[in-house]
Amino acid sequence: MSDTVIRATGLGKKFLIGHNVEYSAMLGEAAVRRARNMVRRAADMLCGRALIEADEIEEYWALRDVDFEVRRGEVVSIIGHNGAGKTTLLKILSRILEPTTGRVELSGRVASLLEIGTGFHPELTGRENIFLNGAILGMRRHEVLAKFNQIVDFSGVEKFIDTPLKRYSVGMYARLAFSVAAHLETEILFVDEVLAVGDAEFQKRCLDRMSEVANAGRSVLFVSHNLAAAAALTRRGIVLKSGRLIFDGPIDGALAQYTASLEKGKIERSWGRGEHSAIVSADLLDANGLPTTTYVPGTPFNLQVEVETSTLPGLSLEFLLRDANSLPVGFYSSNTFSEVALPSMPGRYSCTLALKPLFLASGDYSFDLTTNSMTIVVDHKVTNAISFRVAASNPSTIAYDFKQSLGNGVIALQLATPLVIEPSRQGRAA
Amino acid sequence: MNDWPSERLILEAGRADRRYWGDLWRYRELFFILAWRDVALRYKQTVIGLAWAFVRPFMTMVVFTVIFGHIAKLPTEGTAPYAVLVLAGLLPWTLVSSIFSDGANSVLGNSQLVSKVYFPRLIIPLAPVIVGLIDFVVSLVILFGVMAWYGMAPGWHILLLPVFIALAVLVAIGPAMWAAATIVKYRDFRFVIPFVIQIGLYVSPVGFSAKIVPPGWQLLYSLNPMVGVIDGFRWAILGGESPLFLPGFALSLVVTAGMLWLGIRTFRHTERGFADVI
Ligand SMILES: Nc1ncnc2c1ncn2[C@@H]1O[C@H](COP(=O)(O)OP(=O)(O)O)[C@@H](O)[C@H]1O
Repeated sequence: MSDTVIRATGLGKKFLIGHNVEYSAMLGEAAVRRARNMVRRAADMLCGRALIEADEIEEYWALRDVDFEVRRGEVVSIIGHNGAGKTTLLKILSRILEPTTGRVELSGRVASLLEIGTGFHPELTGRENIFLNGAILGMRRHEVLAKFNQIVDFSGVEKFIDTPLKRYSVGMYARLAFSVAAHLETEILFVDEVLAVGDAEFQKRCLDRMSEVANAGRSVLFVSHNLAAAAALTRRGIVLKSGRLIFDGPIDGALAQYTASLEKGKIERSWGRGEHSAIVSADLLDANGLPTTTYVPGTPFNLQVEVETSTLPGLSLEFLLRDANSLPVGFYSSNTFSEVALPSMPGRYSCTLALKPLFLASGDYSFDLTTNSMTIVVDHKVTNAISFRVAASNPSTIAYDFKQSLGNGVIALQLATPLVIEPSRQGRAA
Repeated sequence: MNDWPSERLILEAGRADRRYWGDLWRYRELFFILAWRDVALRYKQTVIGLAWAFVRPFMTMVVFTVIFGHIAKLPTEGTAPYAVLVLAGLLPWTLVSSIFSDGANSVLGNSQLVSKVYFPRLIIPLAPVIVGLIDFVVSLVILFGVMAWYGMAPGWHILLLPVFIALAVLVAIGPAMWAAATIVKYRDFRFVIPFVIQIGLYVSPVGFSAKIVPPGWQLLYSLNPMVGVIDGFRWAILGGESPLFLPGFALSLVVTAGMLWLGIRTFRHTERGFADVI
């Protein structure tokens, strides 16, 4: 038998995007639309025209004609911009999504880690969550039992193992979650962006663990924005762009291909569109005006967004900054904060804005972008439109990294004038 | 670990998964652990926890007995105290309605899992069955307490109670699976569920005996499968005092089987698209 454990041929995935999913998911709306379509269909039929299925619903290929093979023991990185289809690919391989076209052959037991701590419940204790999460990831009870001590040791949270998870710090949570996942023993493993959490030391342990897994002859497919990790862990890279596979080969080549497309700037993303507008692209720019995925704390935030508008006046462009746990950190609205609305002349516009410097803690962040109408109806929303990382955050002159995972929030508070400490008057009077 | 498939797995659009039912069996541990999670959370989160499981059915019994038995003066069955008659209807009703409502909301409620891992989705609406059964066992204690208070002892009929419990579960899960699949697609359908349950309470013989329905209407009334379930419970608990109306019971079975078939079919058909829309 051949050594191929994953073979994907002609893989494609089509999503149907209703304009404003929130609304089209409503029963009443659907009924109205169905009735309208029926009338139109009857009319079409009478006139002998071809039948067109529901309008207002847009087809969107998140993945198209993807072919590749993975052999036993191979570790492969999947690289690509936001929205390139990486997660969609992993979800198809892990049977969460059904492919629209093509087929996948898998041989071997499969586990996928699309997020760490899936199913963790804050009310349950660490111990209970290990069993819950283990079962969700496909481990048998006796496997979890057999590895229980190893899992707890690896996580380093022994003391809190019988404490409800809601009392854990973010770092402890991430460590426990990764430990369960690290003890999965399947022939094939799919991993998506899980290294984005935790502190540097813990990330290193995760990386070590991943290379151990790889050396044990298991196959790993690995999505990461952390290019250094990708380079260190894998020898082969697959680059996706707008749902198509554009490169499959040595990791150096893959990284070169990816960075080249980054530097070209203008990447067309397929983020769909709203009823009256579409956010076409969005980038964080570095000091030279080139797109980047890292932000240096304390420097201005240069953002560039391309939008398409229609005739609707008063559309607001809004930014929501989130930290690695998706908690909101900051918000900006062009209408309410700057009294500037998007033009109501149809066309494509480039919006450039510089936000004042923020002293962000190190870790991952992302911006959700929305266009909002005057009646505060979300028109087009792109979650994680811009994701970026703060590699190190050092508010002082001593070597100290202010990290998200410390649990002290995500902003290092800065002094406006030097700190003054002097004896208080009352103290002197006494 | 050895009954996990290590052979080839082929994923393709519209491919009927022959291994689905085998998978369902293989994932039984996940089923139990999800059920255990729901039970643990229920008893951890409500401060009065277990007490609540006693107080609620007991208060409902008192209210129904006063309203239907004493104010409306509806007849009981044979010589059974009205409170026991009510309780024998209330128990299966609570079991069915809680499985139905928890099951219906379960897939949307577990969207985090559905979008991040694979497992046979049928596990999700089935897990509330366990929670419902545990609450049911608690309320059985009340039933036997009240019966003892009236100096009643169950006869041999009680041995068949498990059969009717199983029937109650089957009545609940068909609609639960159907509703769970529908709610994923049409979110606002979930607001209909409490309404359906409320109507169900009035059209089912919970607070009164099904025998007060005129004989000519009995068969039509039995189209509501809860009639069969509650009659079965009363027969098992009150013994000979409450004879079973057999044609009606058979009809209830047929309706239950039909709903179960529809529920499984709808669920299985839409299940593969859950992650697309959730
Ligand atoms: N369930 C869904 N419904 C509609 N569109 C989706 C869905 N899931 C993903 N998409 C779209 O598919 C594209 C690819 O997404 P994804 O695979 O998450 O990209 P990546 O992981 O590379 O950032 C995106 O444009 C996203 O908006």
